[in-house]
Amino acid sequence: MMSGQTGPVCVVLIALLVLWYVGAVFMNAPTQIDRYDRADQTWTAGQLIEDTLAQDRPILPAPHQVAVEMYKTIFAIKITSKRSLVYHSWVTLSSTLLGFGIGTLLGVLLAVGIVHVMTLEKSLMPWVISSQTIPILAIAPMIIVVLGAIGIKGLVPKAVISTYLCFFPVTISMVKGLRSPQVIQLDLMRTYNASKWQTFWQLRLPSAMPYLFASLKVAIAISLVGAIVGELPTGAQAGLGARLLAGSYYGQTIQIWSALLTAAFVAAILVVIVGWCERRVLVRMGVKS
Amino acid sequence: MTLKQVVNNVAEMPASKKAVVDINKLSLTFQTADGPVYALSDVDLTIEEGDFVSFIGPSGCGKTTLLRVIADLEQATGGDISINGVTPHEAREKRAYGYVFQAPALLPWRSIERNVTLPLEIMEISKEERVKRAQEALKLVELNGFEKKFPWQLSGGMQQRASIARALSFDADLLLMDEPFGALDEIVRDHLNEQLLKLWARTNKTVAFVTHSIPEAVYLSTKIVVMSPRPGRIIDVIETNFPNDRTLDIRETPEFLEIAHRVREGLRAGHSNDE
Ligand SMILES: Nc1ncnc2c1ncn2[C@@H]1O[C@H](COP(=O)(O)OP(=O)(O)OP(=O)(O)O)[C@@H](O)[C@H]1O
Ligand SMILES: [Mg+2]
Repeated sequence: MMSGQTGPVCVVLIALLVLWYVGAVFMNAPTQIDRYDRADQTWTAGQLIEDTLAQDRPILPAPHQVAVEMYKTIFAIKITSKRSLVYHSWVTLSSTLLGFGIGTLLGVLLAVGIVHVMTLEKSLMPWVISSQTIPILAIAPMIIVVLGAIGIKGLVPKAVISTYLCFFPVTISMVKGLRSPQVIQLDLMRTYNASKWQTFWQLRLPSAMPYLFASLKVAIAISLVGAIVGELPTGAQAGLGARLLAGSYYGQTIQIWSALLTAAFVAAILVVIVGWCERRVLVRMGVKS
Repeated sequence: MTLKQVVNNVAEMPASKKAVVDINKLSLTFQTADGPVYALSDVDLTIEEGDFVSFIGPSGCGKTTLLRVIADLEQATGGDISINGVTPHEAREKRAYGYVFQAPALLPWRSIERNVTLPLEIMEISKEERVKRAQEALKLVELNGFEKKFPWQLSGGMQQRASIARALSFDADLLLMDEPFGALDEIVRDHLNEQLLKLWARTNKTVAFVTHSIPEAVYLSTKIVVMSPRPGRIIDVIETNFPNDRTLDIRETPEFLEIAHRVREGLRAGHSNDE
Protein backbone atom coordinates (compact mmCIF):
# COMPACT_ATOMS: atom_id res chain seq x y z
CA MET A 1 0.00 0.00 0.00
CA MET A 2 2.82 2.35 1.00
CA SER A 3 4.77 1.97 -2.25
CA GLY A 4 1.74 2.87 -4.34
CA GLN A 5 1.29 6.09 -2.40
CA THR A 6 4.85 7.34 -1.94
CA GLY A 7 5.22 8.50 -5.53
CA PRO A 8 2.18 10.79 -5.68
CA VAL A 9 2.79 12.02 -2.13
CA CYS A 10 6.37 13.00 -3.04
CA VAL A 11 5.20 14.82 -6.17
CA VAL A 12 2.75 16.87 -4.13
CA LEU A 13 5.40 17.55 -1.49
CA ILE A 14 7.92 18.80 -4.08
CA ALA A 15 5.26 20.96 -5.73
CA LEU A 16 4.45 22.50 -2.35
CA LEU A 17 8.12 23.20 -1.63
CA VAL A 18 8.60 24.85 -5.02
CA LEU A 19 5.52 26.99 -4.44
CA TRP A 20 6.81 27.90 -1.02
CA TYR A 21 10.19 29.03 -2.40
CA VAL A 22 8.56 31.07 -5.15
CA GLY A 23 6.23 32.61 -2.56
CA ALA A 24 9.13 33.42 -0.24
CA VAL A 25 11.04 35.20 -3.01
CA PHE A 26 8.05 37.29 -4.01
CA MET A 27 6.95 38.15 -0.47
CA ASN A 28 10.42 39.12 0.71
CA ALA A 29 11.62 40.88 -2.44
CA PRO A 30 10.14 44.36 -1.68
CA THR A 31 11.92 44.69 1.68
CA GLN A 32 15.11 43.36 0.17
CA ILE A 33 14.98 45.88 -2.71
CA ASP A 34 14.32 48.62 -0.12
CA ARG A 35 17.41 47.55 1.69
CA TYR A 36 19.52 47.64 -1.49
CA ASP A 37 18.20 51.14 -2.26
CA ARG A 38 19.01 52.46 1.18
CA ALA A 39 22.54 51.09 0.92
CA ASP A 40 22.82 52.43 -2.61
CA GLN A 41 23.75 48.96 -3.71
CA THR A 42 23.36 47.57 -7.21
CA TRP A 43 21.88 44.11 -7.41
CA THR A 44 21.22 41.29 -9.83
CA ALA A 45 18.24 38.96 -9.96
CA GLY A 46 20.37 36.07 -8.75
CA GLN A 47 21.56 38.06 -5.78
CA LEU A 48 18.02 39.16 -4.99
CA ILE A 49 16.77 35.60 -4.88
CA GLU A 50 19.67 34.50 -2.73
CA ASP A 51 19.15 37.33 -0.28
CA THR A 52 15.38 37.00 -0.05
CA LEU A 53 15.86 33.41 1.06
CA ALA A 54 18.36 34.34 3.77
CA GLN A 55 16.75 37.24 5.61
CA ASP A 56 16.82 37.42 9.39
CA ARG A 57 13.17 38.27 9.81
CA PRO A 58 11.57 37.47 6.49
CA ILE A 59 7.86 37.95 5.91
CA LEU A 60 7.76 34.37 4.67
CA PRO A 61 10.78 32.31 5.69
CA ALA A 62 12.13 29.81 3.19
CA PRO A 63 11.70 26.09 3.92
CA HIS A 64 15.39 25.53 4.54
CA GLN A 65 15.48 28.37 7.08
CA VAL A 66 12.63 26.74 8.98
CA ALA A 67 14.32 23.37 8.67
CA VAL A 68 17.59 24.71 10.08
CA GLU A 69 15.75 26.42 12.94
CA MET A 70 13.82 23.25 13.69
CA TYR A 71 16.98 21.17 13.61
CA LYS A 72 18.67 23.54 16.02
CA THR A 73 15.77 23.77 18.44
CA ILE A 74 14.81 20.12 18.33
CA PHE A 75 18.06 18.19 18.05
CA ALA A 76 20.94 20.57 18.71
CA ILE A 77 20.04 21.85 22.17
CA LYS A 78 19.30 20.11 25.42
CA ILE A 79 15.62 19.25 25.71
CA THR A 80 15.46 20.90 29.14
CA SER A 81 16.40 24.27 27.62
CA LYS A 82 13.70 26.91 27.34
CA ARG A 83 14.56 27.23 23.67
CA SER A 84 14.07 23.54 22.91
CA LEU A 85 11.02 22.76 20.81
CA VAL A 86 10.97 19.30 22.37
CA TYR A 87 10.45 20.91 25.75
CA HIS A 88 7.68 23.15 24.44
CA SER A 89 6.07 20.31 22.53
CA TRP A 90 6.01 18.22 25.66
CA VAL A 91 4.34 21.03 27.61
CA THR A 92 1.63 21.27 24.98
CA LEU A 93 1.38 17.52 24.46
CA SER A 94 0.87 16.78 28.15
CA SER A 95 -2.15 19.06 28.41
CA THR A 96 -3.38 17.78 25.02
CA LEU A 97 -3.33 14.20 26.27
CA LEU A 98 -4.89 15.06 29.63
CA GLY A 99 -7.64 17.06 27.92
CA PHE A 100 -8.15 14.33 25.35
CA GLY A 101 -8.43 11.66 28.02
CA ILE A 102 -10.94 13.60 30.10
CA GLY A 103 -12.81 14.79 27.00
CA THR A 104 -13.15 11.27 25.62
CA LEU A 105 -14.35 9.95 28.95
CA LEU A 106 -16.82 12.82 29.31
CA GLY A 107 -17.97 12.39 25.70
CA VAL A 108 -18.59 8.68 26.14
CA LEU A 109 -20.38 9.12 29.47
CA LEU A 110 -22.63 11.81 28.03
CA ALA A 111 -23.45 9.58 25.06
CA VAL A 112 -24.24 6.62 27.32
CA GLY A 113 -26.54 8.83 29.37
CA ILE A 114 -28.24 10.29 26.32
CA VAL A 115 -28.83 6.88 24.75
CA HIS A 116 -30.20 5.29 27.91
CA VAL A 117 -32.19 8.08 29.53
CA MET A 118 -34.87 9.72 27.42
CA THR A 119 -34.95 12.93 29.45
CA LEU A 120 -31.19 13.38 29.14
CA GLU A 121 -31.47 13.48 25.37
CA LYS A 122 -34.00 16.29 25.62
CA SER A 123 -32.19 18.21 28.36
CA LEU A 124 -28.53 17.66 27.51
CA MET A 125 -28.32 17.54 23.75
CA PRO A 126 -29.15 21.23 23.16
CA TRP A 127 -26.42 22.22 25.64
CA VAL A 128 -23.90 19.91 24.05
CA ILE A 129 -24.56 21.46 20.67
CA SER A 130 -24.74 25.09 21.81
CA SER A 131 -21.47 24.65 23.72
CA GLN A 132 -19.74 24.41 20.37
CA THR A 133 -21.32 27.51 18.87
CA ILE A 134 -19.34 29.76 21.23
CA PRO A 135 -15.93 30.58 19.71
CA ILE A 136 -13.17 28.90 21.67
CA LEU A 137 -11.07 32.07 21.42
CA ALA A 138 -13.69 33.86 23.50
CA ILE A 139 -13.98 31.11 26.08
CA ALA A 140 -10.32 30.25 26.50
CA PRO A 141 -9.18 33.45 28.28
CA MET A 142 -12.18 33.24 30.62
CA ILE A 143 -11.36 29.70 31.58
CA ILE A 144 -7.72 30.60 32.18
CA VAL A 145 -8.63 33.66 34.23
CA VAL A 146 -11.39 32.03 36.26
CA LEU A 147 -9.35 28.93 37.06
CA GLY A 148 -6.30 31.11 37.75
CA ALA A 149 -8.33 33.14 40.24
CA ILE A 150 -9.05 30.02 42.30
CA GLY A 151 -5.42 29.01 42.14
CA ILE A 152 -5.49 26.46 39.32
CA LYS A 153 -2.71 27.25 36.86
CA GLY A 154 -0.50 25.56 34.32
CA LEU A 155 -1.52 22.20 32.89
CA VAL A 156 -5.12 21.89 34.05
CA PRO A 157 -6.72 25.05 32.56
CA LYS A 158 -5.26 24.20 29.15
CA ALA A 159 -6.50 20.62 29.48
CA VAL A 160 -9.95 21.99 30.33
CA ILE A 161 -9.99 23.89 27.03
CA SER A 162 -8.95 20.73 25.17
CA THR A 163 -11.67 18.81 26.97
CA TYR A 164 -14.19 21.47 26.06
CA LEU A 165 -13.36 21.07 22.39
CA CYS A 166 -12.91 17.34 22.11
CA PHE A 167 -15.84 15.88 24.08
CA PHE A 168 -18.19 17.11 21.38
CA PRO A 169 -17.29 14.90 18.40
CA VAL A 170 -17.01 11.95 20.79
CA THR A 171 -20.50 12.51 22.19
CA ILE A 172 -22.08 12.98 18.79
CA SER A 173 -20.50 9.88 17.24
CA MET A 174 -21.00 7.72 20.29
CA VAL A 175 -24.70 8.55 20.45
CA LYS A 176 -24.91 7.46 16.84
CA GLY A 177 -22.72 4.41 17.43
CA LEU A 178 -24.57 3.22 20.53
CA ARG A 179 -27.79 3.47 18.55
CA SER A 180 -26.37 1.64 15.56
CA PRO A 181 -27.33 -1.96 16.51
CA GLN A 182 -30.05 -3.31 14.25
CA VAL A 183 -33.54 -3.94 15.61
CA ILE A 184 -33.06 -7.67 15.10
CA GLN A 185 -29.92 -7.64 17.26
CA LEU A 186 -31.73 -5.77 20.02
CA ASP A 187 -34.63 -8.23 19.76
CA LEU A 188 -32.12 -11.06 20.07
CA MET A 189 -30.79 -9.65 23.34
CA ARG A 190 -34.38 -9.26 24.51
CA THR A 191 -35.13 -12.94 23.92
CA TYR A 192 -32.26 -13.71 26.30
CA ASN A 193 -33.78 -11.31 28.81
CA ALA A 194 -30.44 -9.47 28.80
CA SER A 195 -30.20 -6.53 31.20
CA LYS A 196 -29.57 -3.01 29.91
CA TRP A 197 -26.04 -3.31 31.13
CA GLN A 198 -25.48 -6.61 29.31
CA THR A 199 -27.00 -5.21 26.13
CA PHE A 200 -24.71 -2.22 26.42
CA TRP A 201 -21.63 -4.28 27.01
CA GLN A 202 -22.24 -7.07 24.52
CA LEU A 203 -24.02 -5.19 21.76
CA ARG A 204 -24.08 -1.40 21.91
CA LEU A 205 -20.46 -0.76 22.82
CA PRO A 206 -18.91 -3.12 20.24
CA SER A 207 -21.25 -1.71 17.58
CA ALA A 208 -20.09 1.80 18.46
CA MET A 209 -16.36 1.08 18.13
CA PRO A 210 -15.91 2.23 14.52
CA TYR A 211 -17.83 5.42 15.35
CA LEU A 212 -15.72 5.99 18.45
CA PHE A 213 -12.42 5.76 16.60
CA ALA A 214 -13.57 8.02 13.80
CA SER A 215 -14.38 10.67 16.40
CA LEU A 216 -11.17 10.10 18.37
CA LYS A 217 -9.10 11.08 15.34
CA VAL A 218 -10.92 14.41 15.21
CA ALA A 219 -10.85 14.75 18.99
CA ILE A 220 -7.10 14.30 19.39
CA ALA A 221 -6.34 16.86 16.69
CA ILE A 222 -8.65 19.53 18.10
CA SER A 223 -7.44 18.72 21.59
CA LEU A 224 -4.01 19.88 20.45
CA VAL A 225 -5.55 23.02 18.99
CA GLY A 226 -7.27 23.62 22.34
CA ALA A 227 -3.99 23.26 24.25
CA ILE A 228 -2.24 25.73 21.93
CA VAL A 229 -5.10 28.21 22.18
CA GLY A 230 -4.98 27.80 25.95
CA GLU A 231 -1.31 28.85 25.96
CA LEU A 232 -1.94 32.14 24.19
CA PRO A 233 -3.63 34.14 26.99
CA THR A 234 -1.20 33.05 29.72
CA GLY A 235 1.48 35.46 28.64
CA ALA A 236 3.48 32.91 26.74
CA GLN A 237 5.49 30.99 29.30
CA ALA A 238 5.87 27.58 27.77
CA GLY A 239 4.39 25.40 25.07
CA LEU A 240 4.04 25.60 21.30
CA GLY A 241 1.38 28.30 21.68
CA ALA A 242 3.82 30.34 23.74
CA ARG A 243 6.47 29.98 21.02
CA LEU A 244 3.95 31.21 18.44
CA LEU A 245 3.05 34.20 20.58
CA ALA A 246 6.64 35.10 21.51
CA GLY A 247 7.63 34.77 17.87
CA SER A 248 4.96 37.19 16.78
CA TYR A 249 5.90 39.71 19.53
CA TYR A 250 9.43 39.93 18.24
CA GLY A 251 8.72 39.38 14.55
CA GLN A 252 10.57 36.07 14.67
CA THR A 253 8.79 34.57 11.71
CA ILE A 254 11.19 31.65 11.45
CA GLN A 255 10.40 30.72 15.05
CA ILE A 256 6.67 30.98 14.37
CA TRP A 257 6.90 28.72 11.37
CA SER A 258 9.02 26.18 13.24
CA ALA A 259 6.49 26.04 16.06
CA LEU A 260 3.67 25.76 13.57
CA LEU A 261 5.23 22.89 11.65
CA THR A 262 6.13 21.13 14.87
CA ALA A 263 2.50 21.40 16.01
CA ALA A 264 1.41 19.94 12.68
CA PHE A 265 3.85 17.03 13.07
CA VAL A 266 2.70 16.34 16.61
CA ALA A 267 -0.93 16.35 15.45
CA ALA A 268 -0.12 14.00 12.58
CA ILE A 269 1.70 11.60 14.88
CA LEU A 270 -1.20 11.61 17.35
CA VAL A 271 -3.72 10.89 14.60
CA VAL A 272 -1.52 8.09 13.28
CA ILE A 273 -1.30 6.56 16.76
CA VAL A 274 -5.10 6.65 17.12
CA GLY A 275 -5.40 5.08 13.67
CA TRP A 276 -3.00 2.35 14.70
CA CYS A 277 -5.03 1.62 17.85
CA GLU A 278 -8.16 1.56 15.72
CA ARG A 279 -6.71 -1.06 13.42
CA ARG A 280 -5.58 -3.20 16.33
CA VAL A 281 -9.01 -3.09 17.93
CA LEU A 282 -10.94 -3.69 14.71
CA VAL A 283 -8.72 -6.62 13.75
CA ARG A 284 -9.41 -8.15 17.15
CA MET A 285 -13.10 -7.62 16.43
CA GLY A 286 -12.75 -9.72 13.30
CA VAL A 287 -13.16 -6.98 10.74
CA LYS A 288 -12.16 -8.04 7.24
CA SER A 289 -8.63 -6.76 6.71
CA MET B 1 -51.66 -46.56 8.13
CA THR B 2 -54.87 -45.24 6.66
CA LEU B 3 -55.61 -41.68 5.84
CA LYS B 4 -58.14 -41.54 8.63
CA GLN B 5 -55.40 -42.29 11.13
CA VAL B 6 -53.02 -39.81 9.62
CA VAL B 7 -55.36 -36.88 9.37
CA ASN B 8 -57.07 -36.38 12.68
CA ASN B 9 -59.40 -33.77 13.87
CA VAL B 10 -58.16 -31.47 16.60
CA ALA B 11 -61.00 -32.37 18.92
CA GLU B 12 -60.23 -36.10 18.77
CA MET B 13 -56.73 -35.73 20.16
CA PRO B 14 -56.17 -36.98 23.69
CA ALA B 15 -55.97 -34.00 26.04
CA SER B 16 -53.36 -35.55 28.26
CA LYS B 17 -50.33 -33.54 27.15
CA LYS B 18 -49.34 -30.29 28.78
CA ALA B 19 -50.12 -27.08 26.88
CA VAL B 20 -46.94 -25.14 26.24
CA VAL B 21 -48.57 -22.30 24.35
CA ASP B 22 -52.22 -21.50 24.94
CA ILE B 23 -53.77 -18.76 22.82
CA ASN B 24 -57.37 -17.59 23.15
CA LYS B 25 -59.08 -15.03 20.90
CA LEU B 26 -55.81 -13.28 20.41
CA SER B 27 -55.72 -10.18 18.26
CA LEU B 28 -53.08 -7.61 17.45
CA THR B 29 -53.60 -4.33 15.67
CA PHE B 30 -50.67 -2.11 14.71
CA GLN B 31 -51.49 1.56 14.84
CA THR B 32 -49.65 3.08 11.91
CA ALA B 33 -49.65 6.47 10.24
CA ASP B 34 -51.86 5.05 7.48
CA GLY B 35 -54.41 3.75 9.96
CA PRO B 36 -54.67 0.45 11.82
CA VAL B 37 -53.13 -2.78 10.45
CA TYR B 38 -54.99 -5.87 11.66
CA ALA B 39 -52.02 -8.21 11.85
CA LEU B 40 -53.77 -10.91 13.91
CA SER B 41 -57.43 -11.42 14.55
CA ASP B 42 -59.24 -13.90 16.73
CA VAL B 43 -56.47 -16.47 16.87
CA ASP B 44 -57.14 -19.63 18.90
CA LEU B 45 -54.36 -22.15 19.19
CA THR B 46 -52.91 -24.65 21.60
CA ILE B 47 -49.39 -25.98 21.21
CA GLU B 48 -48.77 -29.02 23.36
CA GLU B 49 -45.57 -30.32 24.79
CA GLY B 50 -43.56 -32.12 22.12
CA ASP B 51 -45.58 -30.68 19.26
CA PHE B 52 -43.92 -29.58 16.07
CA VAL B 53 -46.21 -26.85 14.79
CA SER B 54 -45.72 -25.22 11.40
CA PHE B 55 -47.24 -21.90 10.44
CA ILE B 56 -47.86 -21.46 6.76
CA GLY B 57 -49.58 -18.69 4.86
CA PRO B 58 -49.04 -15.94 2.35
CA SER B 59 -46.68 -13.09 3.05
CA GLY B 60 -48.07 -10.58 5.51
CA CYS B 61 -50.58 -12.93 7.17
CA GLY B 62 -49.04 -12.43 10.60
CA LYS B 63 -46.83 -15.51 11.05
CA THR B 64 -43.87 -13.53 12.30
CA THR B 65 -46.14 -11.37 14.41
CA LEU B 66 -47.68 -14.43 16.08
CA LEU B 67 -44.24 -15.84 16.86
CA ARG B 68 -43.16 -12.48 18.22
CA VAL B 69 -46.20 -12.33 20.49
CA ILE B 70 -45.30 -15.74 21.88
CA ALA B 71 -41.75 -14.47 22.41
CA ASP B 72 -42.95 -11.28 24.15
CA LEU B 73 -41.35 -9.15 21.44
CA GLU B 74 -44.78 -7.81 20.53
CA GLN B 75 -47.81 -7.17 22.75
CA ALA B 76 -51.23 -8.51 21.84
CA THR B 77 -53.99 -5.90 21.78
CA GLY B 78 -56.72 -8.38 22.66
CA GLY B 79 -57.30 -11.91 23.95
CA ASP B 80 -55.18 -14.13 26.16
CA ILE B 81 -51.94 -15.95 25.73
CA SER B 82 -49.99 -18.05 28.18
CA ILE B 83 -46.67 -19.86 27.86
CA ASN B 84 -46.22 -22.78 30.24
CA GLY B 85 -49.06 -21.32 32.27
CA VAL B 86 -47.49 -17.88 32.70
CA THR B 87 -47.49 -14.68 30.65
CA PRO B 88 -45.08 -14.37 27.71
CA HIS B 89 -43.21 -11.74 29.69
CA GLU B 90 -42.59 -14.07 32.61
CA ALA B 91 -41.71 -16.87 30.23
CA ARG B 92 -39.13 -14.66 28.56
CA GLU B 93 -37.68 -13.77 31.95
CA LYS B 94 -37.32 -17.49 32.60
CA ARG B 95 -35.65 -17.91 29.20
CA ALA B 96 -38.30 -20.41 28.27
CA TYR B 97 -37.64 -20.34 24.54
CA GLY B 98 -34.91 -20.10 21.91
CA TYR B 99 -35.73 -17.86 18.98
CA VAL B 100 -34.32 -18.24 15.47
CA PHE B 101 -34.91 -15.09 13.45
CA GLN B 102 -35.63 -14.84 9.76
CA ALA B 103 -32.04 -13.51 9.32
CA PRO B 104 -29.00 -15.01 11.13
CA ALA B 105 -28.40 -11.85 13.24
CA LEU B 106 -24.92 -12.97 14.27
CA LEU B 107 -22.73 -10.38 15.95
CA PRO B 108 -19.99 -9.69 13.38
CA TRP B 109 -17.26 -9.04 15.96
CA ARG B 110 -17.70 -12.42 17.63
CA SER B 111 -16.34 -15.69 16.33
CA ILE B 112 -18.89 -18.38 15.54
CA GLU B 113 -18.18 -20.08 18.85
CA ARG B 114 -18.56 -16.85 20.79
CA ASN B 115 -21.78 -16.08 18.94
CA VAL B 116 -23.12 -19.42 20.10
CA THR B 117 -21.98 -18.79 23.67
CA LEU B 118 -23.54 -15.30 23.76
CA PRO B 119 -26.80 -16.40 25.42
CA LEU B 120 -24.83 -18.56 27.85
CA GLU B 121 -22.66 -15.60 28.76
CA ILE B 122 -25.75 -13.51 29.39
CA MET B 123 -27.14 -16.30 31.54
CA GLU B 124 -23.86 -16.24 33.47
CA ILE B 125 -22.89 -19.83 32.84
CA SER B 126 -19.26 -20.74 33.54
CA LYS B 127 -16.76 -20.50 30.74
CA GLU B 128 -15.96 -24.20 30.75
CA GLU B 129 -19.62 -25.12 30.45
CA ARG B 130 -20.14 -22.49 27.76
CA VAL B 131 -17.45 -23.93 25.52
CA LYS B 132 -18.73 -27.46 26.06
CA ARG B 133 -22.29 -26.52 25.14
CA ALA B 134 -21.17 -24.51 22.13
CA GLN B 135 -19.28 -27.56 20.91
CA GLU B 136 -22.38 -29.72 21.23
CA ALA B 137 -24.64 -27.18 19.56
CA LEU B 138 -22.23 -26.60 16.69
CA LYS B 139 -21.93 -30.34 16.19
CA LEU B 140 -25.69 -30.63 15.88
CA VAL B 141 -25.72 -28.21 12.98
CA GLU B 142 -22.50 -29.67 11.57
CA LEU B 143 -20.42 -26.58 12.04
CA ASN B 144 -17.69 -28.11 14.15
CA GLY B 145 -14.36 -26.90 12.86
CA PHE B 146 -15.68 -23.41 12.24
CA GLU B 147 -15.56 -22.24 15.87
CA LYS B 148 -12.86 -19.64 15.38
CA LYS B 149 -14.19 -18.24 12.10
CA PHE B 150 -15.97 -14.93 11.96
CA PRO B 151 -19.49 -14.71 10.49
CA TRP B 152 -18.36 -13.05 7.26
CA GLN B 153 -16.16 -16.05 6.55
CA LEU B 154 -19.23 -18.33 6.41
CA SER B 155 -21.84 -18.75 3.70
CA GLY B 156 -25.38 -17.54 4.31
CA GLY B 157 -26.60 -21.07 5.02
CA MET B 158 -23.78 -21.71 7.46
CA GLN B 159 -24.56 -18.46 9.22
CA GLN B 160 -28.18 -19.49 9.58
CA ARG B 161 -27.05 -22.85 11.01
CA ALA B 162 -24.84 -20.99 13.49
CA SER B 163 -27.86 -18.97 14.56
CA ILE B 164 -29.76 -22.23 15.09
CA ALA B 165 -26.87 -23.56 17.17
CA ARG B 166 -27.06 -20.39 19.21
CA ALA B 167 -30.77 -20.95 19.89
CA LEU B 168 -30.07 -24.57 20.84
CA SER B 169 -27.11 -23.80 23.08
CA PHE B 170 -29.09 -23.05 26.21
CA ASP B 171 -31.40 -25.98 25.74
CA ALA B 172 -34.78 -24.26 26.07
CA ASP B 173 -37.73 -26.61 25.80
CA LEU B 174 -39.52 -24.37 23.31
CA LEU B 175 -37.99 -23.41 19.97
CA LEU B 176 -39.49 -20.57 17.94
CA MET B 177 -38.16 -20.56 14.39
CA ASP B 178 -39.07 -17.93 11.82
CA GLU B 179 -38.37 -19.27 8.32
CA PRO B 180 -34.94 -20.49 9.38
CA PHE B 181 -34.31 -22.22 6.05
CA GLY B 182 -36.05 -19.67 3.84
CA ALA B 183 -32.88 -18.50 2.14
CA LEU B 184 -31.31 -21.93 1.57
CA ASP B 185 -31.23 -24.11 -1.51
CA GLU B 186 -33.38 -27.22 -1.73
CA ILE B 187 -30.66 -29.77 -0.98
CA VAL B 188 -29.28 -27.99 2.09
CA ARG B 189 -32.80 -27.36 3.21
CA ASP B 190 -33.73 -31.06 2.98
CA HIS B 191 -30.65 -31.96 4.93
CA LEU B 192 -31.31 -29.42 7.67
CA ASN B 193 -34.95 -30.51 7.82
CA GLU B 194 -33.80 -34.06 8.53
CA GLN B 195 -31.38 -32.84 11.17
CA LEU B 196 -34.01 -30.69 12.82
CA LEU B 197 -36.49 -33.54 12.85
CA LYS B 198 -33.94 -35.88 14.44
CA LEU B 199 -33.13 -33.30 17.07
CA TRP B 200 -36.80 -32.80 17.81
CA ALA B 201 -37.52 -36.52 18.02
CA ARG B 202 -34.58 -37.08 20.34
CA THR B 203 -35.05 -34.14 22.69
CA ASN B 204 -38.82 -33.91 22.80
CA LYS B 205 -38.63 -30.16 22.39
CA THR B 206 -41.69 -28.18 21.36
CA VAL B 207 -41.17 -26.35 18.09
CA ALA B 208 -43.09 -23.50 16.45
CA PHE B 209 -41.85 -23.17 12.91
CA VAL B 210 -42.77 -20.62 10.25
CA THR B 211 -42.37 -21.63 6.62
CA HIS B 212 -43.53 -20.84 3.11
CA SER B 213 -42.91 -24.35 1.86
CA ILE B 214 -45.78 -26.84 1.90
CA PRO B 215 -43.55 -29.97 1.70
CA GLU B 216 -41.38 -28.65 4.51
CA ALA B 217 -44.43 -28.00 6.69
CA VAL B 218 -45.94 -31.42 6.03
CA TYR B 219 -42.68 -33.29 6.46
CA LEU B 220 -41.72 -31.67 9.74
CA SER B 221 -44.96 -31.06 11.56
CA THR B 222 -47.29 -32.78 13.93
CA LYS B 223 -49.62 -29.85 13.43
CA ILE B 224 -49.91 -27.49 10.47
CA VAL B 225 -51.50 -24.10 11.03
CA VAL B 226 -52.73 -22.51 7.80
CA MET B 227 -53.16 -18.75 7.98
CA SER B 228 -54.64 -16.09 5.75
CA PRO B 229 -54.08 -12.35 5.62
CA ARG B 230 -56.03 -9.12 6.21
CA PRO B 231 -56.81 -9.68 8.97
CA GLY B 232 -54.29 -12.38 9.86
CA ARG B 233 -56.18 -15.41 11.11
CA ILE B 234 -56.05 -19.18 11.30
CA ILE B 235 -58.18 -20.87 8.66
CA ASP B 236 -57.20 -24.50 9.19
CA VAL B 237 -55.29 -26.65 11.65
CA ILE B 238 -54.19 -30.02 10.30
CA GLU B 239 -52.76 -32.73 12.51
CA THR B 240 -50.53 -35.40 11.08
CA ASN B 241 -49.47 -38.73 12.47
CA PHE B 242 -46.26 -39.65 10.74
CA PRO B 243 -43.82 -41.67 12.84
CA ASN B 244 -41.20 -39.65 14.65
CA ASP B 245 -38.39 -41.36 12.79
CA ARG B 246 -39.78 -40.56 9.36
CA THR B 247 -37.41 -39.89 6.52
CA LEU B 248 -37.68 -37.67 3.47
CA ASP B 249 -39.07 -40.69 1.58
CA ILE B 250 -42.50 -40.13 3.09
CA ARG B 251 -42.89 -37.24 0.70
CA GLU B 252 -43.81 -39.78 -1.98
CA THR B 253 -46.57 -41.42 0.10
CA PRO B 254 -50.28 -40.83 -0.60
CA GLU B 255 -50.81 -39.69 3.00
CA PHE B 256 -48.21 -37.00 2.56
CA LEU B 257 -49.67 -35.85 -0.73
CA GLU B 258 -53.15 -35.83 0.72
CA ILE B 259 -52.12 -33.54 3.58
CA ALA B 260 -50.12 -31.32 1.23
CA HIS B 261 -53.25 -31.06 -0.90
CA ARG B 262 -55.33 -30.02 2.09
CA VAL B 263 -52.80 -27.36 3.03
CA ARG B 264 -52.80 -26.05 -0.52
CA GLU B 265 -56.60 -25.97 -0.56
CA GLY B 266 -56.55 -24.02 2.69
CA LEU B 267 -54.07 -21.51 1.32
CA ARG B 268 -56.11 -21.14 -1.84
CA ALA B 269 -59.35 -20.61 0.10
CA GLY B 270 -57.63 -17.97 2.25
CA HIS B 271 -56.45 -16.28 -0.86
CA SER B 272 -59.83 -16.17 -2.59
CA ASN B 273 -61.44 -14.73 0.59
CA ASP B 274 -59.03 -11.98 0.10
CA GLU B 275 -60.10 -10.92 -3.36
N1 LIG C 1 -44.07 -3.09 13.65
C1 LIG C 1 -45.09 -3.07 12.76
N2 LIG C 1 -45.80 -1.95 12.57
C2 LIG C 1 -46.84 -1.92 11.70
N3 LIG C 1 -47.25 -2.96 10.97
C3 LIG C 1 -46.58 -4.12 11.11
C4 LIG C 1 -45.46 -4.23 11.99
N4 LIG C 1 -44.98 -5.49 11.92
C5 LIG C 1 -45.75 -6.12 11.02
N5 LIG C 1 -46.72 -5.32 10.53
C6 LIG C 1 -47.77 -5.69 9.57
O1 LIG C 1 -48.43 -6.81 10.07
C7 LIG C 1 -48.75 -7.72 9.05
C8 LIG C 1 -48.18 -9.08 9.38
O2 LIG C 1 -46.78 -9.01 9.32
P1 LIG C 1 -45.85 -10.28 9.58
O3 LIG C 1 -44.46 -9.81 9.56
O4 LIG C 1 -46.31 -10.97 10.80
O5 LIG C 1 -46.14 -11.17 8.29
P2 LIG C 1 -45.54 -12.59 7.90
O6 LIG C 1 -46.68 -13.53 7.83
O7 LIG C 1 -44.43 -12.95 8.80
O8 LIG C 1 -45.01 -12.30 6.44
P3 LIG C 1 -43.72 -12.92 5.70
O9 LIG C 1 -44.11 -14.28 5.26
O10 LIG C 1 -43.52 -12.01 4.54
O11 LIG C 1 -42.59 -12.90 6.66
C9 LIG C 1 -48.20 -7.12 7.77
O12 LIG C 1 -49.27 -6.52 7.09
C10 LIG C 1 -47.22 -6.09 8.23
O13 LIG C 1 -47.20 -5.01 7.35
MG1 LIG D 1 -42.27 -13.13 8.56
